[in-house]
Amino acid sequence: MAKIKSLDDLRMMKESLQSKINLREKGEDPGSHVQIKVAMATCGIASGAKTVMEFMMEELEKRGIESVVTQTGCMGYCYAEPTIEVKLPGQEPVVFGYVDTKKADEIIEKYIKNGELVEGIIPMNYETIDNK
Amino acid sequence: MAKYKMHLLVCGGTSCRASASDSIIEKFKSEIAANGLENDVQVILTGCFGFCENGPIVKVLPDNTFYTQVKPEDVTEIIAEHVIKGKKVNRLIYNPEQKKGSKSKGFYRKQIRIALRNCGVINPENVDEYIARDGYQAIGKVLKDYTPAQAIDIIKKSGLRGRGGGGFPTGLKWEIASKNAADQKYVVCNADEGDPGAFMDRSVLEGDPHSVLEAMAICGYCIGATQGVIYIRAEYPLAITRLKIAINQAREYGLLGKDILGSGFDFDITLRYGAGAFVCGEETSLIHSMEGLRGEPTNKPPFPAESGYLGKPTNVNNVETFASVPVIILKGADWFSSIGTEKSKGTKVFALAGKINNVGLIEVPMGTTLREVIFEIGGGIKNGKKFKAAQTGGPSGGCLTEKHLDTPIDFDNLIAAGSMMGSGGMIVMDEDDCMVSIAKFFLDFTVEESCGKCAPCRIGNKRLYEILERITNGEGTMEELERLRNLSLVIKDTSLCGLGQTSPNPVLSTMDNFYHEYLAHVNDKKCPAGQCKSLMKYVIEPEACVGCTACARNCPVNAISGERKKPHVIDTAICIKCGACIEKCKFNAISIK
Repeated sequence: MAKIKSLDDLRMMKESLQSKINLREKGEDPGSHVQIKVAMATCGIASGAKTVMEFMMEELEKRGIESVVTQTGCMGYCYAEPTIEVKLPGQEPVVFGYVDTKKADEIIEKYIKNGELVEGIIPMNYETIDNK
Repeated sequence: MAKYKMHLLVCGGTSCRASASDSIIEKFKSEIAANGLENDVQVILTGCFGFCENGPIVKVLPDNTFYTQVKPEDVTEIIAEHVIKGKKVNRLIYNPEQKKGSKSKGFYRKQIRIALRNCGVINPENVDEYIARDGYQAIGKVLKDYTPAQAIDIIKKSGLRGRGGGGFPTGLKWEIASKNAADQKYVVCNADEGDPGAFMDRSVLEGDPHSVLEAMAICGYCIGATQGVIYIRAEYPLAITRLKIAINQAREYGLLGKDILGSGFDFDITLRYGAGAFVCGEETSLIHSMEGLRGEPTNKPPFPAESGYLGKPTNVNNVETFASVPVIILKGADWFSSIGTEKSKGTKVFALAGKINNVGLIEVPMGTTLREVIFEIGGGIKNGKKFKAAQTGGPSGGCLTEKHLDTPIDFDNLIAAGSMMGSGGMIVMDEDDCMVSIAKFFLDFTVEESCGKCAPCRIGNKRLYEILERITNGEGTMEELERLRNLSLVIKDTSLCGLGQTSPNPVLSTMDNFYHEYLAHVNDKKCPAGQCKSLMKYVIEPEACVGCTACARNCPVNAISGERKKPHVIDTAICIKCGACIEKCKFNAISIK
């Protein structure tokens, strides 16, 4: 990694990273990438998030679905761990709670493949500072 | 298989269920079928929206319409107008202005995430994701555009107060440290989160470690320090791992180290592990522990800002305080101070735990009421039980009761209510919790955690605990209740540090709010919540007992006697109240009195 030498460098880097992430999140071509975030804080891992994350990565590849599975911190829904956020191209992200491998399988088959929602959705109930 | 064009999300939280969300779902499904829309519209049950007061909630996707207080009668109209004709049913759409008495909120959500802005959003092990979300822009801006005094001024004007418990104004703290001249100064991040039931600092470090690193660098520039230390408990291995990754990535990018962003400012951060002593959350103890000495407090003054780590001026702030700093720099002091109450600005993260449905992390503007936190965002009490109290401030705080439900939560109101903000743990208790036992639980914790340096805390708390133990054993007297209160006040007045000065709070607060429970234990030898084992008696009802001997055979201490086919008796002198007999009795003949 090269050092960032000035605030302008940092700003440029932010722009390029942002557009990269935007591209990944919004997806130029619908049906390209499915993006999945697994909440991997202590609460999530303790409830089995690691297994779910591995399952997701393996199964999505096996089933030939182009996807990016990443980890993230605690979403705050500790009561419903493991939680994952699934973002289909061009759509709002959806958070699912109580995800075990069985549920993960259902999410892949129903939601990711067919856009059919499955039970266990946790509605986003907070405001972010971006829209404030 | 057909792809759905529309989704109807119906809230299945406990509270919405109580107001008929199940029958709403049924009705939606049957109406959809009646209209032949099964392949176009999907109805789905979701988790709690955190908006229980206005339930049942129905959300329509993809157009994001948010209907509140939907009744089964409204279903036909939603289907006919919205689903079929695409016309929203305006009378059911939530409109915050209509609700009188509520502050005008831009949207229906009660939470605003500032300190948690990146938690659950970015990958904490990838600095690029942090940078893409304005990461390190704040330190860049401060280094380029502001003098240290100007930056401190922004923090002062924002009204940010320490999130670790005391609520000391952060800007003022920085200013004092900046004015003390020295060849070396230190920035310390207090990540020794020790309150039982609190986990917000851990979550911030695990979910967004860079925000803390960035804020520490900003603080370093402001007070003139080049070295930062994060004092983190060794029990947080994942947070430690992620911090190490974050520090390394920041160093590789030159965001920590020499000449940050070409400004000539140097700053680096190291980690120091705590061994899990509660008292080390107190800043002087923390500093001693960092120096390799015993984790014991010393009298203030001198304050760490004058003589702290290795005798140098040191600024100690908590994780959540730091996590709020970069946003304040980028969005401005006015933006931050527009959120919250008059004397408590911004938001506060709470860790909801105990008998509450939605255990988890929330971040609400200061001034949100306890009712909103527990019954809306928290989804209410588990199993529909009655709310009794919420403990804030951990072992240093007190309990808030029903009468405090509508008090806006901020630093000063909580102190006025006999509790404190503390670090943000909120343990919710229901009607089955015995308040004397709760006080005893916290005292047990402080007795264990007292460092032993000063007598009031070391000996006094032990005596408090013993009195509470006698009360819960049914051996308490009225004189002892009196002594309990007096001793508590003496410990508060005479202890050396914050631990002792606050440790009797759970006792005083439960005595103030639930004195009748203390009286019941002392006078009637009864525990109203049925929690205190010593005050319970297992009794066999002779009418219901058939003499099957199942209880007697399973009693581990042979306290039950009686002939076959004749009513048995429990010898209460021998009984250890393990409950094994109740489990085995098929005739419900055994009860607790």
